[in-house]
Amino acid sequence: MTHLSSNRRRKTLVVAGHGMVGHRFVQAAIERGLTETYDLVIVGEEPRPAYDRVSLTSFFSVESADELSLLREGRYDDPRVRLVLGTTVTGLDRDTRTVALSDGEVLAYDALVLATGAAPFVPPVEGRDLDGCFVYRTIEDLEAIRDASITATRGVVIGGGLLGLEAANALVQLGLETHVVEMAPRLMPVQLDDGAGSALVRHIEKLGVTVHAGAATRAITGDGRVEALQTADGEIGTDLVVFSAGIRPRDQLARESGLEVAERGGVLVDEQCRTSDDRVFAIGECAAPGGRMYGLVAPGYAMAEVVVDALLDGPGTFTGADMSTKLKLLGVDVASFGDAFASTDGALELVFADAVGGVYKKLVVTEDGSRLLGGILVGDASAYGVLRPMVASGIALPANPEELILPAARGGAATGPTAMPDEAQVCSCNDVTKGQILAAAEAEGTTRAGSTCGSCKPMVKTLIEDWFARQGKVVDKGLCEHFALTRQELFDLVAVHGYRRFDDLVEAHGRGRGCDVCKPAIASILASQFNGHVLAEETAPLQDTNDAYLANIQRNGTYSVVPRIPGGEITPEKLIVIGEVARDFGLYTKITGGQRIDLFGARMEELPAIWRRLVDAGFESGHAYGKSLRTVKSCVGSTWCRYGVQDSTSLAIQLELRYRGLRSPHKLKGGVSGCARECAEARAKDFGVIATEKGWNLYVGGNGGANPAHARLLAGDLDTDTLVRYLDRFLMYYVRTADRLQRTAAWIDSLDGGLDRVRAVVVDDSLGLSAELEEAMTRHVGSYFDEWKATVEDPDKLARFVSFVNAPDTPDPNISFGTERGQIRPEVAGEPVVLAATIPVGAP
Amino acid sequence: MTQAPPHDCGTDDWQPVCRVAELEVERGATALVHGQAIAIFRTHDDEVYALGNHDPFAKASVLARGIVGTRGDVPFVASPMHKHAFDLRSGRCLDDAHVSVPAYDVRVVEGVVLVGHRKSDAA
Ligand code: SRM
Ligand SMILES: Cc1cc2nc3c(=O)[nH]c(=O)nc-3n(C[C@H](O)[C@H](O)[C@H](O)COP(=O)(O)OP(=O)(O)OC[C@H]3O[C@@H](n4cnc5c(N)ncnc54)[C@H](O)[C@@H]3O)c2cc1C
Ligand code: SF4
Ligand code: FES
Repeated sequence: MTHLSSNRRRKTLVVAGHGMVGHRFVQAAIERGLTETYDLVIVGEEPRPAYDRVSLTSFFSVESADELSLLREGRYDDPRVRLVLGTTVTGLDRDTRTVALSDGEVLAYDALVLATGAAPFVPPVEGRDLDGCFVYRTIEDLEAIRDASITATRGVVIGGGLLGLEAANALVQLGLETHVVEMAPRLMPVQLDDGAGSALVRHIEKLGVTVHAGAATRAITGDGRVEALQTADGEIGTDLVVFSAGIRPRDQLARESGLEVAERGGVLVDEQCRTSDDRVFAIGECAAPGGRMYGLVAPGYAMAEVVVDALLDGPGTFTGADMSTKLKLLGVDVASFGDAFASTDGALELVFADAVGGVYKKLVVTEDGSRLLGGILVGDASAYGVLRPMVASGIALPANPEELILPAARGGAATGPTAMPDEAQVCSCNDVTKGQILAAAEAEGTTRAGSTCGSCKPMVKTLIEDWFARQGKVVDKGLCEHFALTRQELFDLVAVHGYRRFDDLVEAHGRGRGCDVCKPAIASILASQFNGHVLAEETAPLQDTNDAYLANIQRNGTYSVVPRIPGGEITPEKLIVIGEVARDFGLYTKITGGQRIDLFGARMEELPAIWRRLVDAGFESGHAYGKSLRTVKSCVGSTWCRYGVQDSTSLAIQLELRYRGLRSPHKLKGGVSGCARECAEARAKDFGVIATEKGWNLYVGGNGGANPAHARLLAGDLDTDTLVRYLDRFLMYYVRTADRLQRTAAWIDSLDGGLDRVRAVVVDDSLGLSAELEEAMTRHVGSYFDEWKATVEDPDKLARFVSFVNAPDTPDPNISFGTERGQIRPEVAGEPVVLAATIPVGAP
Repeated sequence: MTQAPPHDCGTDDWQPVCRVAELEVERGATALVHGQAIAIFRTHDDEVYALGNHDPFAKASVLARGIVGTRGDVPFVASPMHKHAFDLRSGRCLDDAHVSVPAYDVRVVEGVVLVGHRKSDAA
C-alpha cells in the first residue's frame, strides 16, 4: 500500500548568486510550487538582497539603496527558502554534491543553480590599479564613485558601449567634466551603425560629454592616484576612471569543478540550461546557452523560468533571445532591434537622417519589402514600441514602410500596436504578449509588463487605451477633433511660436473652430505661460464655465464665491466681512473641505458687487473655479501645538501666496503639517510638506477624489529655500508636461520612470531644466495679480455680468430659492419660466 | 442675413435685442424676448443664432454661458452645466437625438440683432 509518507526526504536546491536572475528564479520556484519538494538555500555574495541592477544609475537619485531592492522585506514569504547574504560560494564538489561557503559552511545539494552573473572586464592596461579607478556594476561601486567625485572635477569612462554611456551619464550627474574613450570608431559599436553612432555623438556632446572614438587607451598614469589617461592621440587629464569595457561571465566555480565552459566564457548549458552535470544548472549572465552569453536581463529571466520548469519535469526550453535594446542615454533615445546591421541575405535598408535635429532612423526590411527585420533609432525612438514587435511577429509591412520612420507620419496605416497579433511580445523583459495584456485589462488584473526596463510602457499604455476605447470609453491622445496634438505638444508650440491667440493656433495646427475640450485647454496653456487676465478679449471666449465668470456655477445657474483664505488663517475682522457680505446678498454659507468659506447662490449679475465688497476688505480670488492652485491646507504647527516642530502655518501661507493664480492642467492642492502626526493631511495633496526636526519632507502626487492617492516622498529634510526651489521646479514641470485634466498622481504614473523620473528632473536636474523651470515660476510669481480686483476695475469685463443684454435690471426668472435650516437652497424648475409680458423691455 | 428694412418687422414678431457689435465672437449673451430667456450667439463667421436659454438636462437657464465651437461643420454650444452640445442652427442636441431646445429666427438689420419666431421643428 502506498501512502504519502511524512518522512519522504525533502530535497535541497542551492542557488549560487542572489542577483536579478537568481531572485527571479526563487520567485518562480515559489510561485510554481517547487518549494513543495525542495528546500531552497540562496547564497549571495553582496551584502544586500537582489536589487534592480538595470536601474543602477538611479542610485544617485534615490533616497536610499532600498528603493532599488527587489526584495524589500529582506526575505521570501516562504519558510522553506533560506537566504544567506554577504557570503560567497567558494567551491563546488560535484562528487560529494556539496558547495563550500566563505563562512566555512558546507551545503549538500540535490540540485544546484549557478546564477553568479558577470563581472566587469578591466583590460590589462598599465595603471589600472591606481586609486581613482573604478568599475560600474554594484551599489558599492557607485558609492565609491560618488565618494571619489566629491573631490574630483574630471572623469573618464573607458568604453563607449551601452554601459559606458550609462556610467558617463552618472559622472555628468555627479557634476564632473566627463570624457568617454571608445576604441571602436563609433559609440555603441555592437548596436549601432556609423550613421546612428555619429547622431548619438552629436547629442551626447551637446550635453557636455567629450567623446573620443577610435581611441585606444595606452596607460593610466599618476602618482598613486589617477592623474591622466594616455591614448594613441594624446593625454586626457582626469581625477577618476571608470572601466566599462565589457563584462565577463563569472564561471570560476564551473571551471574549477570541471564543468564545460564556452569558448568565450560562460557555463555551457543546453536548452534546459543544464550544464554538463545534470544536477547543475546555470542561468543569467554566467550561462552560455549554445555557447553564447546574453548580457541582458530578459534572457536571464527566461532561463530562470526554464530551469524551474525542468525541475518540475516541464517542457520549457531556452533557444535564444531578442537582444533588442531601447534606452534613454543622457536623455537621448536610442534603440536597436532585430537584424540592425542588415546581415540577412538581400536585406534592404531605409534610412531617415536629420543631422540638425540629431535624428537617425533606419529600418532593415526583407528584399521584397514585405517584412521588417530590424532597425536602429537614435534621437527619436518613439516608433520602437511598434516596430520591435513587428519584427518578432512578422506581420506584413504597410505599402510605404518609410512612413513608419518619417517624422510627419502620425499613426499611419495599420501599423499601431493595435494591428499586432495577440502573440506578439510587448514586454521583452518579462515576456508578456499583447494577448496577455488585453486579457489582464479584461479581468482588471495586471501583468509584469513595464516593471523592469520600462521601455515597453508607452506601448502598453497605447494597448490599454485602445482597449478602453473599444469598450466605449473615451481616451483622447490628440486633444479633440480640432487638434491631433497632445496638451504637451500644444504647450511647446505656444512656447516656441509665442502664440497668444486661439485663432492663430487653430489655423496653424488645427482645424475647425474648436470646442469645449480644446478651448479651455489652450486657455490654460496661455495662462500658464503668459499669465494674462483670463477674461482678456482674446481668451475670454475660451474659458471653461467657471473661469468665464470667475466663480463656480451651481445646479440652478447661480454661482458660489470663494475668497482666498491662505493656509486657512483668518482674522475676526475678515470673518465679519464675509458674514456681512453673505447676509447682505442673502447667500448660503458653508465651511469647505479646503479650510475656507464658500458663499453660494449669487446670481451672475451680483458677482461684481459682492467682489467689490470683498476686494475692499482685502480679500482676493480663491480660484475655486480654476484649474489652478486651490488651497494649501495647514495645521497650527509649532506656534501653538505642543507637538509641532516647525511653523507649518507660516509655510502654508507662504506657499499658497507663491503659487496662487498658477493655471495648471488640473487643480492643484497643497498641505503643510507641523509634525509627523499630519493633521493637515498633506499626503492627500498634490504637494504635501511635513515638518521634521531638521526641516521639511516634501511629498508629491497625492489626491482625494474618486481615485485617492497618497503623496510619495520626493526629498527629505529640506531647508525652506530648497523646498521652495524643488516645488517651483516640480509644479512647472507638471504644468508643462501633463495631459489636460491629469492630476499630479496620474501624471507621475504616466512618466517613464514615474517618481524616479520626477526626482531626476526636479532634484538632480538630469535634463538641465531646473533654471528654466525656476525662472518660469519666478515669472509667474512676479506677474500675479488678483483677477477679481482687475475685473471689478474694468468696465469692459464687467459688461459680461448682466442677466439680460436688453434688460439688465431684470433678474432671470428661472432662478428661485427655498429655505433649509435657516438658509437659502436652490429650487429647480422643470420648464423655462415665462415672464408676464408687462415687464418693460429695453431696446438697444 | 436677410436684408429687410426695420419697419418691415412689427415689434411683435421681430424683437430688437442688441447691436451685433456688442456680442462677443464665439460667446453667448442672454436676452429677454417675449418674456423668455433666450441665448444669442455670434459665431466666427458673424452669423447670429438664438436658442432657448434653458438646458433641458440640467433644467437651468444657462446655455448662453457655454463654449461655442464646431463639431465637424456644425456650429454648436456646449452647455456649461454638463457639456451637452446643441446645434446652434436647429437647437438639436448633438449627444441625444431625442432632445432639443427651441431655436429662433434671427436677422441683423443695420447692425441690430432682431429675434423672431421659434423656428419650425423641421429646421
Ligand atoms: C466646496 C467644496 C465642498 C465643501 O463643501 O467642502 C467642493 C466643491 C466642489 N468640488 Fe471638490 N470641493 C471641496 C473640496 C474638495 C476636496 C477636499 C480638499 O480640498 O481638501 C476634495 C478631495 C481632495 C482632492 O481634490 O484631491 C475634492 C475633490 C473634488 C474632485 C475630485 C478631484 C479628483 O482629482 O478626483 C472634483 C472633480 C474635479 O475637480 O474634476 C471636485 C469638484 C468640485 C466642484 C468644483 C464641482 C463643480 O465643478 O461644481 C464643486 C464646486 C465648488 C463650488 O461650487 O464652490 N472636488 N473637493 C470644497 C471646496 C474646497 C475649497 O475651499 O476650495
Ligand atoms: C549599469 C547597468 C545597466 C544595465 N542596464 C541594462 C538594461 O537596460 N537592460 C538589460 O536588459 N540589462 C541591463 N544591464 C544588465 C543586467 O543588469 C544584467 O543582465 C542582470 O543583472 C544579470 O542578472 P544575473 O542575476 O545574471 O547577474 P547579477 O545581477 O550580476 O547577479 C549575480 C549575483 O551573484 C553574485 N555572485 C557571483 N558569484 C558568486 C558566488 N560565487 N557566490 C555567491 N554569490 C555570487 C554577485 O555578487 C551578484 O550579486 C545593466 C547592467 C548594469 C551594470
Ligand atoms: S500635524 Fe503635528 S504640529 Fe500640526 S497640529 Fe497635528 S500634531 Fe500639531
Ligand atoms: S520591455 Fe523592459 S519592462 Fe517591458
